[in-house]
Amino acid sequence: MEKTIVARTGNEAMAEAMRQINPDVCAAYPITPATEIMQIFSSFVNDGLVKTNLITVESEHSAISACMGSAASGARTMTATSSQGLALMHEILYIASALRLPIVLAEVNRALSGPINIHCDHSDTMGERDAGWIQIYAENSQEAYDLLINAVRIAEHRDVSLPIMVSTDGFIISHEMERLEMYPDSEIQKFIGEYKPNYNLLNIDNPITVGSLVLTDYYLEHKRVQHEAMKNAMKVIPEIFAEFKKVFGRQYDFVENYKCDDADYILICLGSTAGTSKVAVEELRQEGIKAGLLKIRVFRPFPAEEIVKYISKAKAIAILDRSESLSTQAGPVATEVKAALYDAGKIIPMQSYVYGLGGREIYVDQIKDVYRKLKNTKISEQVKYLGVKE
Amino acid sequence: MSKNMTEIRWHGRGGQGAKTAALLLGEAAVASGKYVQAFPEYGPERMGAPVASYNRISENEIFIHSPITNPDIVLVLDETLVDTIDVTKGLDEQKGILIINTPFSKEEIQKKLTSWKGRLIVLDATKIALETIGKPIPNTPMMGALIAISDILTLENFIEDTKKKLEKKFKNKPGVIEGNINAIKKAYEEVKKQ
Repeated sequence: MEKTIVARTGNEAMAEAMRQINPDVCAAYPITPATEIMQIFSSFVNDGLVKTNLITVESEHSAISACMGSAASGARTMTATSSQGLALMHEILYIASALRLPIVLAEVNRALSGPINIHCDHSDTMGERDAGWIQIYAENSQEAYDLLINAVRIAEHRDVSLPIMVSTDGFIISHEMERLEMYPDSEIQKFIGEYKPNYNLLNIDNPITVGSLVLTDYYLEHKRVQHEAMKNAMKVIPEIFAEFKKVFGRQYDFVENYKCDDADYILICLGSTAGTSKVAVEELRQEGIKAGLLKIRVFRPFPAEEIVKYISKAKAIAILDRSESLSTQAGPVATEVKAALYDAGKIIPMQSYVYGLGGREIYVDQIKDVYRKLKNTKISEQVKYLGVKE
Repeated sequence: MSKNMTEIRWHGRGGQGAKTAALLLGEAAVASGKYVQAFPEYGPERMGAPVASYNRISENEIFIHSPITNPDIVLVLDETLVDTIDVTKGLDEQKGILIINTPFSKEEIQKKLTSWKGRLIVLDATKIALETIGKPIPNTPMMGALIAISDILTLENFIEDTKKKLEKKFKNKPGVIEGNINAIKKAYEEVKKQ
């Protein structure tokens, strides 16, 4: 297939993916650092490059509410937001997933206030990890582009029918220009196909009720069904990724295994830091330290078995969380990896770190130091802060 | 994996085109088959305030996503910044190259850089821009200077890519395109002479 090599920022890459997806409806409200996605996309709408009905609203709460109405009517629906915008969507996010509406959200990771901050961390999406949305974290522009295209197929699959968010690291990726391989519009259209909703509010031949009151009688069953849909996503995601590879040539999985197979020391992280960690792994291996990296790409559903498979032979593990749960224990990634290991009957020394909050820089040397400490110092049960001024 | 990578830092004042320069260079490098990163520093941006932007250019895929702390090349679009910020921060004295847009001589600028003794190149990019483009926008000639002292792009490739880009943007102003190309060439030749 013919690929076009271009230079694009993460936001431009996501906007291009949205153009090629050409959703029926898009409702959004601007917020730094995600504003550009909609700014660029709205010019695509204005230039007639897409047939999307763009709804400009007065807040993110309204944006996701409009998306919900649109998706319930059987329209392929997308939006974009970040940080406080996602937080303002909070109550509606739960409703969208309970109604099984396959809305696709382009997210840019930014710290939640306060103090007010516009830079990257994962506290916004981690704050929505229990909202019933599928969550995918992209390492770079290419992943953001590819995964947003995959997201449409995953969300709309009949056995899944769940909303999905694909996120990039704010500024680090959203505003960084990189080399991007783009595929032809027609191939993207062929890959995503026509959206055939399970239910459609506007189908008068088969009238349905959307958003009805469910009390003690069936609320529990609703959640049970959502649980099953997430389990189905575990099966569907690899199928879609495999199909994507067949057509476009790029391999995706729940996690990225970077030299874990023979690694003594494994670091686990999400997003752009995984790229920086790959450099650290290479440099450490030249020094004779068998370092490996496991990048978690799909965080919801949580690929516990996949993670255990790659890390269970390690001598020690470090987990880098770019958000704080302020429980006095580890962050959300470390907590869930620990639970996965417990279920697998594995006890591996694990050092959890919180790093990069509010955009605090992370360098190769710091990551190398994390590996060296795994090797040379006693693991602390306490969560450590990496790169903090103390 | 980080071998064969050139790291560049641009200093300018808000509105001078430091960010645009990094993006244009990034696009041109991608067009010639390289891997790139181009990103500005995000802080309190406003017209006239000191700003910085960055490039990584490599033959191979770039994985690192940290800020650039030890650039190979630093370009300064406004020489008055030399008095207010440390433009040579992290720049190696043996291997590093500093290019400054200034009407002053190398000797005069060197006096201001008391603590740094590396390779310095001066160029009156604003004058070149005025003569060729008719506007005091130093970033295009500065890119010509950059290409003259490094092997990240050939002059031909860069001119070709710039032409393509400007032709889209300035369809009805062919003079702008010609002016920019001449600015690049003139700066390139002047620096090659140094």
